[in-house]
Amino acid sequence: MTTSKAPSGSNWTAATRERLSHVVPPGQLLPDRQPAYMRSWIYVFGVACLAALFYVIASGVVLAVMGAAWWHSSSVGHFVNSTHLWSVELFFMFMVMHLWAKFFMAAWRGRRALTWITGGVAFIGSIGTAFTGYLSQSNFDSQWISTQAKDGVNSVGVGPEFNVLNTGQMLLLHISVLPLLIGLLVGLHIILVRRHGVVPPFDAVAPGESR
Amino acid sequence: MSGRRKARADQTPDSHLFPTRHYDLVKEMVAATVVVGLLTVVLAALFSSPDRKALTMANWAEAAPADVVATAAAELAGTSTSAAYGAPYNKNDPGQKLGPLPLQRAGGVGLKLDSAADLVIAPLSTRTGDAPLTAALATWKGASETQQTTWAGSYSDALAAAPDGDPAKVATGDYGPVPVLSSSFLTLAASGSLEGLLTSGTTFYASDQTRPLLLLADGAYLEDQARADHLGGDQWGMMNETGNYPGQPWMWLYTFWYQVKPFSTSGNADALVWGVMAVLTVAFIFIPFIPGVRSLPRHLRVHRLIWRQ
Repeated sequence: MTTSKAPSGSNWTAATRERLSHVVPPGQLLPDRQPAYMRSWIYVFGVACLAALFYVIASGVVLAVMGAAWWHSSSVGHFVNSTHLWSVELFFMFMVMHLWAKFFMAAWRGRRALTWITGGVAFIGSIGTAFTGYLSQSNFDSQWISTQAKDGVNSVGVGPEFNVLNTGQMLLLHISVLPLLIGLLVGLHIILVRRHGVVPPFDAVAPGESR
Repeated sequence: MSGRRKARADQTPDSHLFPTRHYDLVKEMVAATVVVGLLTVVLAALFSSPDRKALTMANWAEAAPADVVATAAAELAGTSTSAAYGAPYNKNDPGQKLGPLPLQRAGGVGLKLDSAADLVIAPLSTRTGDAPLTAALATWKGASETQQTTWAGSYSDALAAAPDGDPAKVATGDYGPVPVLSSSFLTLAASGSLEGLLTSGTTFYASDQTRPLLLLADGAYLEDQARADHLGGDQWGMMNETGNYPGQPWMWLYTFWYQVKPFSTSGNADALVWGVMAVLTVAFIFIPFIPGVRSLPRHLRVHRLIWRQ
């Protein structure tokens, strides 16, 4: 049997594997050790965000599987909707705490700007996703919120493309397009966190380095 | 900026060079998942979630019949909110501007709507076996646009002047077929079939509620109900929801601008608020590149609560 070792540049699979292997430093994808300066409880909020997002998605999947009107007529459905609502409230609460903590740490330092940006865009995208959820409830809140929101959307000329009165469009955005985007952003955010590690304190000097 | 200058600007060392300590990420994730799951279930069990039923046209007709008649007359007169809205529904108003930029008009009439024809005449035209209505529709369709507007405008004014807006107490006048059309519209709304006629006019599978929602918003009943539930725009309504629920507190800043001048009194309030929020959103996302702002955390020294050693 003969084997040949093609240069990775000519083999797209090998080149992709090679590139992916360097996305995160060896051992840092799921490390069992963290920098010693990472001792505050404030770090918990990032993980709490992910946990809340898990319940947002899980409850949303149940609501989607059972149908858009199920929760109006079923007590179980109403309870699942309630878990969806409260997991969203928790998600935002944790995300805001996480965001402020990262701001006060200036967590964009040390080539981490993209980590901040992906987190920021995920935050803004989450607001849009929650908003389309309110428009998709098919109840009084949806009626009022959509008829008010149309003025804002129309005032900047995007009403024809993003018609908040079109319940079908809002529901599809809420359960497919926007969660997919949020999922991708959160995934990229986590990879960047693992790639660069947790930002060190201001003016910290690593052992063996000098200023 | 050269590589050397960039290095001087940000000398944050590689986090992987620092001493480490044991840390169990998976255990932390599992614990967070359990705790957040319990919190979610407890909050859901204790506080449930709001689900006030959607208003129907029949509800509207029963609770505020005069408002339905007045709204129908306003649609026919071209004076309702949707009829005089501008883009994206029609060209009857230049729309809001952001400074010199006519953004609303620039968006185009992508959701074309003729309020009189689409919201009132089309659903009424589906009715059969009603001779007075058939005659009124024929008269309306045979009249000039100017005559139609005159009839409907006069009737709208007469309704506004009548005690309680009661159509039965309207002063005598030349309103053409408008009183019959408006009262037939009330009957249609009360029958419960108006929503269907507005949503399924062009397709069997109706998923777009644009027309019934615009009609409902053209009346006063929806807003009256919302304001009674503290949901008005000047009641921080954009971040509230029915009942005593937290709503969307993350929209506090967006809602805040609507409460203060010049936004609260401007005819371009929506465009102005969206403009301000767009600038703030871009600034928020690009904080790492904004001199002064990116240095704030160092000077605020809140980080000393996080890194105590």
